[in-house]
Amino acid sequence: MKKMHAFGLVGLALIIVGSIYGLTASPPERHMGDVSRILYVHVPTAWNCLLIYLFAFGFAIASLWTGKQRWDIATTAAIETGVVLNILLLGTGMIFAKPTWGIWWDWDVRLTTSLIALIFYAAILALRTFIDDPNRRATLTAVTCIISFVDVPLIYFGVRWWRSLHQIQSSPETMAETMVFPMRVNAFAVLFISIWFMLLRARIERSKLESDEVVEPPVRRAMATA
Amino acid sequence: MSRPGLARQSLAILGKDLALEWRNRARVVAVVLFGVLVLLLFSLAFGDKGTQVLQVTAGGCLVIALFLSSTLSLQESFRTEDHDDALEGLLLLPTEPASIFYGKALANTFFLVALAPVLIPVTTLIYQVSLGPTQVLQIAGLWLAAAAGLAAPGTLYAGLTTRLKSQDVLMPLLLFPLEVPVLLATVKAFGLVFDGDPMGQLSSWTQLIVAFDVIYWCLCGVLFRFVVEEAA
Repeated sequence: MKKMHAFGLVGLALIIVGSIYGLTASPPERHMGDVSRILYVHVPTAWNCLLIYLFAFGFAIASLWTGKQRWDIATTAAIETGVVLNILLLGTGMIFAKPTWGIWWDWDVRLTTSLIALIFYAAILALRTFIDDPNRRATLTAVTCIISFVDVPLIYFGVRWWRSLHQIQSSPETMAETMVFPMRVNAFAVLFISIWFMLLRARIERSKLESDEVVEPPVRRAMATA
Repeated sequence: MSRPGLARQSLAILGKDLALEWRNRARVVAVVLFGVLVLLLFSLAFGDKGTQVLQVTAGGCLVIALFLSSTLSLQESFRTEDHDDALEGLLLLPTEPASIFYGKALANTFFLVALAPVLIPVTTLIYQVSLGPTQVLQIAGLWLAAAAGLAAPGTLYAGLTTRLKSQDVLMPLLLFPLEVPVLLATVKAFGLVFDGDPMGQLSSWTQLIVAFDVIYWCLCGVLFRFVVEEAA
């Protein structure tokens, strides 16, 4: 239990350090000025969103392969965390787009594929609510999660494959060191917070399943005798 | 007696689905009429903006008509297997689950391709677009690739949502985002065929559709076994 919250504490500490550095020590970007500082939140959120979807993909394969419930719990926790990060990613992106592009939204490849990913994974969560049988729910969650992952490489590589409004990936070589530092610190911060969220969500899901197991047998018995 | 291979099993399932449809024909007729209706509605919406607007939007409207018709068609593909435990019957046969997928996906591709001889001429008439023989061949090739790209995930999700509560709500919710990459590429490719392709971009969009076809047909063929075993 304490280990789980340690992830959250480390993540929160790192995000405070990264944000203070990004807001004070890091210089404003030459063309965009202070607006660019939102990138210290937006970019780490985007990286981690894709990483968490990659985790969900791995957990889904393990769930399908082994049929063990713990992998289904992990898949669900990763999908839910990924969806939260995806919403934050789109939200911070829109806030950044308005002053820099002059518009809140554009049907650009990266924006479109990111929105599609959000709909994909939110639809999987909706699908789960329609299935009562835990085994079937686990299988269908894993199948849809694996197939939804097709969109993730498109989000990352789409800006390279198609000419798009969204800029391509930067690298530490193309950025000032004072900008790389808060970006990296915040990336680890979001990662730790995401792991914390996943662990918390997994614990809730496990408790829910355990309570179902406690409640359901008498109900099933009653139904069987009715 | 040796067991027939995956290809022959798939062709047998395809033959069964086509024979069933041939005896009834209701699904094809309804889907074709629905496609024509979509084209008419779009032309009504854009018609008062002038001929140029109609011509520019023709490619996109044609793809949307194919897309919406495909949803209607795909939802029906597992409806027949719901009656009298037909799906269990299929699974009890000495066949690979993948052959059920490939047979049904081929049948669905066929039904979507069958829309082309009606929807393309209707588009040229209503949207006042003139197509030469080369353009008709290009559109036909793209249509086949797009139909395959819609049919594979559509068949998987039709199997996945069969016997679920609110199948009609879930199927589009799950399927629409998955089909967006194929739709985007098809809209771009149709636009280039209708409006001209001075930069020679058509082949790259076609390659993208074919790439998605390959990914979806392989991935869905592998995953279908899990879906159908749970549904039965």
